[in-house]
Amino acid sequence: MASSNIGVLLTIGVITVLVMRIIYVINRSRKPLHSKSPRSLSTLIVLGSGGHTAEMLNLLYVLQTERFKPRYYIAAATDNMSLQKAHVFEDSLLGKEALKEVGGAEFMQIYRSREVGQSYITSVGTTLVAIAHALWLMIKIRPQVILCNGPGTCIPLCVIAFLFKVLGIRWSSIFYVESIARVRKLSLSGLLLYKLHMADQLFVQWPQLKEKYPRAHYVGLLM
Amino acid sequence: MGDIDDIVKEKRVVFVTVGTTSFDVLVRAVDTPEVKNGLFKKGYTDILIQMGRGSYIPTRATAENGSPALDYFTFSSSIADYLKSASLVISHAGSGSIFETLRLGKPLIVVVNEDLMDNHQSELAEELAERKHLYCARPQTLYKTISDMDPGSLVPYQPGDAKPVAKLIYRYLGFPED
Repeated sequence: MASSNIGVLLTIGVITVLVMRIIYVINRSRKPLHSKSPRSLSTLIVLGSGGHTAEMLNLLYVLQTERFKPRYYIAAATDNMSLQKAHVFEDSLLGKEALKEVGGAEFMQIYRSREVGQSYITSVGTTLVAIAHALWLMIKIRPQVILCNGPGTCIPLCVIAFLFKVLGIRWSSIFYVESIARVRKLSLSGLLLYKLHMADQLFVQWPQLKEKYPRAHYVGLLM
Repeated sequence: MGDIDDIVKEKRVVFVTVGTTSFDVLVRAVDTPEVKNGLFKKGYTDILIQMGRGSYIPTRATAENGSPALDYFTFSSSIADYLKSASLVISHAGSGSIFETLRLGKPLIVVVNEDLMDNHQSELAEELAERKHLYCARPQTLYKTISDMDPGSLVPYQPGDAKPVAKLIYRYLGFPED
């Protein structure tokens, strides 16, 4: 009896600490980091495909890349075009500045949990593989900054990053830019990150969305 | 004089693009006599269709009286060249091809695919149509949009700017904003 009581108390204790830690992480994430002008931050850039990738590159072209290095690009394994476009972007940087200044870049692919048309039964297995793969990549990269703009590819990575924050493994700032195609409603990815308070900052490109989701930041059109 | 004008009359190409997947309903709609005649009446001489993975094959045709020439292909690594040489673009509702076309300043008709499960794409096309940057149509109303349209009345699109996002990210991370 005594030992089961201790077990219950321990469980309650651990859950309380975890909940408090999650509340702390969410609250901390709302405020700007106070570190005095960091020199550079390792950055994970999740490329969504098609229009998502085009919007992300538009953002990268105006960012001062020497602040975000090294850069790790992740795209879905089925998406050949996105990493190619990231390569073109990185090559354009080499033309402008010395390699040392802009920092190196790495390109990786991630398994998707479910392909279009895949059956739900087999997708349980592939989802587990996809999560394990995402975890492996995140342990390797441990980014300080995550830039993503959907679709679903970025969700496992953001969830793992959030867990890393809760467990004290790595503090990262997650920035999510909602796609320009979303005028009246957030996408499922955007909604998840917003509702679960996982994105440190969530940007929207249409004023209608800012009205509906007040914690979002309205930034105007990117394209 | 009039004859010479007719001979050197320049090509006015309508470029139709369905993107990376398929949109047979659009290709089929463009391939109807109503749409082809409508385009010809508006002064377009050629129709070029990028049909993607679609299974509906349109009928190739050379220019005849009352009907423009028609040609098609499945994919191309550079859609940009086709967009640049077009006088009118008829596109699926993907944001990539919408903004690529608007930035080139080409008149654009976006046709919304009503068969898509998650049809959020119409949001963007409808919003931009409300701002008079493009025309938004459904496959079955395409011919009407063409006969009613006046490309000269469209409002040129001013390209957006990612700098506000960059600024907020800098501020949040403690970098100086510039």
